[in-house]
Amino acid sequence: MNLHEDERMKKLLRQALPPVASGDGPEHNLWPAVLRRLDKEQPAPVAWLWLDWALAGALLLVVAAFPASIPVFLYYL
Amino acid sequence: MPDAANCTMERFRQGDLDAFETLFHQHRRAVYGWILRIVRDAAEAEDLTAEAFWRIYRARTRFDPGRGFEPWARRIATRAALDWLRARRPETALAADLPAPAAGDAGVAAEIRQKIAQAFARLPPKLRIAALLAVVEEQPHKEVAEALGVSVPAVKVRVFRALRMLRKDLVAQGITP
Repeated sequence: MNLHEDERMKKLLRQALPPVASGDGPEHNLWPAVLRRLDKEQPAPVAWLWLDWALAGALLLVVAAFPASIPVFLYYL
Repeated sequence: MPDAANCTMERFRQGDLDAFETLFHQHRRAVYGWILRIVRDAAEAEDLTAEAFWRIYRARTRFDPGRGFEPWARRIATRAALDWLRARRPETALAADLPAPAAGDAGVAAEIRQKIAQAFARLPPKLRIAALLAVVEEQPHKEVAEALGVSVPAVKVRVFRALRMLRKDLVAQGITP
């Protein structure tokens, strides 16, 4: 593709997809939508944290009660 | 940079929601405008602006106040828009009927314009986004490169490849550009 063809393609593309007038801001107030997303995100790590601690605690109890199970756990790691 | 702005950005980095809200109100128009240039759909651009600011808040610890908020926000917004382009069906043409400052159609028939828009929508999103910003929206290559996280020569290569692929597609359809 030479320079002339390149310029021609650019011109055609601009005619097919005219530049967007982006001077005006968003029509709606988007801050509540941002806050909603942040709120949705927050409970998840807490739930996982709780579950992680519960699983770790259960594992420790099993290991303490049945030390012979340690090689089995190590095998599955 | 004024101390107040520095202070706001530092507070934002530490997770202060009020500081984030201040930055949101200062930059929402620019981020929305940038996304709109890529997705060309006002409703989608609004949704993606909220998504971009959500990503911005999540990435706050990686923010370097010395490099400015807007270029960093633009980069995250570009990534959100790129994900959106990737998720869309490739045959869906980008809207060409948004209000434009200068909608030139000198001598090119509507049908040809539609075919060009459809062929453009079939390009890989990475090439499409570079061509949209650099050619259609005529944004400086440096700004486009920063937003895409690549070098200026890489933007030029992507634009060249996009135009070449578009030309090939049109020729295959019997349209001689």
